[in-house]
Amino acid sequence: MATTKKSKGLTEKKRTALSAYLFISPFFILFAIFGLFPMIFSFYLSFFRWDGLNAMEFNGFKNFSFIFNDPVFFSSIKNTFLIGIMGTVPQIVAALLIAFALNSALLRFRNTFRTLVFLPYITSIVSVAIIFGLIFNNQPFGFANYFLSFFDLGPIRWNADYWPVKIAIATMVFWRWVGYNTIIFLAGMQSIPRELYEAAKIDGATVGQQIRLITLPMLKPITMFVVFTATIGSLQLFTEPLIFLGRGLREEGITMVAYLWRDAFVYNSFGTASAAAIVLFLIIITLTAINLLITNQLGRSKKVS
Amino acid sequence: MAGKREVGEGKFSPKKIFVYMSLIVGSLVSLFPFYYMFVMATRLNREINQVPPPFTPGKHLVENFQKVLNSIDFFGAMWNSFFVATTVTLGTLFLSSLAGYAFAKLDFKGKSILFGMILVTMMVPPQLGLIPQYYIITTLGWLNDFKAIIIPGLINAFGIFWMRQYIKDGVPYEIIEAAKIDGCSNFRIYWNIVVPMILPAFATLGIIVFMAVWNDFLWPLVVLRDPSMHTLQVALRSLNDARLLDYGMIMSGTFWATVPLLIVFLLFNRLFIQSLSEGAVK
Repeated sequence: MATTKKSKGLTEKKRTALSAYLFISPFFILFAIFGLFPMIFSFYLSFFRWDGLNAMEFNGFKNFSFIFNDPVFFSSIKNTFLIGIMGTVPQIVAALLIAFALNSALLRFRNTFRTLVFLPYITSIVSVAIIFGLIFNNQPFGFANYFLSFFDLGPIRWNADYWPVKIAIATMVFWRWVGYNTIIFLAGMQSIPRELYEAAKIDGATVGQQIRLITLPMLKPITMFVVFTATIGSLQLFTEPLIFLGRGLREEGITMVAYLWRDAFVYNSFGTASAAAIVLFLIIITLTAINLLITNQLGRSKKVS
Repeated sequence: MAGKREVGEGKFSPKKIFVYMSLIVGSLVSLFPFYYMFVMATRLNREINQVPPPFTPGKHLVENFQKVLNSIDFFGAMWNSFFVATTVTLGTLFLSSLAGYAFAKLDFKGKSILFGMILVTMMVPPQLGLIPQYYIITTLGWLNDFKAIIIPGLINAFGIFWMRQYIKDGVPYEIIEAAKIDGCSNFRIYWNIVVPMILPAFATLGIIVFMAVWNDFLWPLVVLRDPSMHTLQVALRSLNDARLLDYGMIMSGTFWATVPLLIVFLLFNRLFIQSLSEGAVK
């Protein structure tokens, strides 16, 4: 240990610790100002009536009772979950399928296919929402309505009717994320040792058995990750409905973050918006906890077997 | 069937057909909206408003873009996006790697607790503090100022996590010890030894951060009110929000906003995909 170079009476150990605190302090300082304090203040704010300009006025649980009596708030929760499920469940199934095809030993042009499938992910959500806004146009010239006209259906009012709104937004979510999840699944599949499949083949396992008994169980942690991020992502859905529905954010398609944003920045009702943020927070925490619990459970059963 | 092909796989085995069919369908679904956007960007509104809508490119690409330039400051917005994304990326890379180095290689009290706290912050939904954040920005006088995006954007728990992981495995203790014996300060060790050794980690994290900032919408929408400060995403939205919808023009704006990212993506395709899947699978 070279302790000859120490200066100002500090031991080397102390000096190292001091630099370390200095190196990590920007995160903690910035987080305190822009992360932690706003979070705590949100809780505080949810008990006040405030338009952002005039004095804050304490009103107890009135903000909460207001949003709980607002049918649009419940619609926003329901929409978030419905669109989330409609967007992510087919997405994960499709991603698994495409990843499986990409991982096939029979495949040529793997990189080309991989690039093509991944392409939507780099598009901004705003662009996606604008493009699909035209595809799901209410008029007969919109692509979706034109396509349906071959089956003597429509024209459908995509941004006005209950299910069509949700189908349109879920499609945007599906399209942008399916390639991303495909790549994640593919990375997971490629990390499965080849010997497992070879051994299975020698034992006479069919392709279906290989998928069921090797691929899917080995992919469990990746699948958990994908489900986890997709859940959190769905709960934060905002840009798609805002662009697709416009400022008005119709009840058929408004999501929880969109509700929060509209209350705060369109209606200047910061108190009720904060109350909505608290409810959103509780929902996310609950789902995160459930997710972690399931992951742990799965981890445990794996160790036993 | 010789070579790599598996035993019993003919030229047109059902398995092979399934593999190719699903990939071709997947690729077409991916590509179609891009193609549709391009077609619409080259058409006039009255052509788009017909049944059937056009499915081949028209002749009005330049004209539509001219209209975009008349409605919004497209290149200004693009520059704003570029400036903000670059600054946040550079700042995040610096701060994340510095903190990552401290967590990976330096000894100090409370290290694991502090690191645990950073990981916990990743779980918190960012929208929760949106309103007070907006209020803080207003109080600081940063409304309509890029500082409102850049400074809060520097907090990146994932970045620290990522850098710590990389430095832990990628920088051997012996080199750091040797530099210490030569009398290097901790910052000089970071700057002259650690930084050159973690350039790949910079590249991958840089891509992730740049893309996230470039594509971000909610926060810039809230804090950048003035049209001259709009980033590309916010400007696109205002284009789309006009009362009389000119689809050809809107699609042209969206198209030209997407092209730079497409080019960057096709150039760094491999790095892109690798970095994102590594970030997930780690």
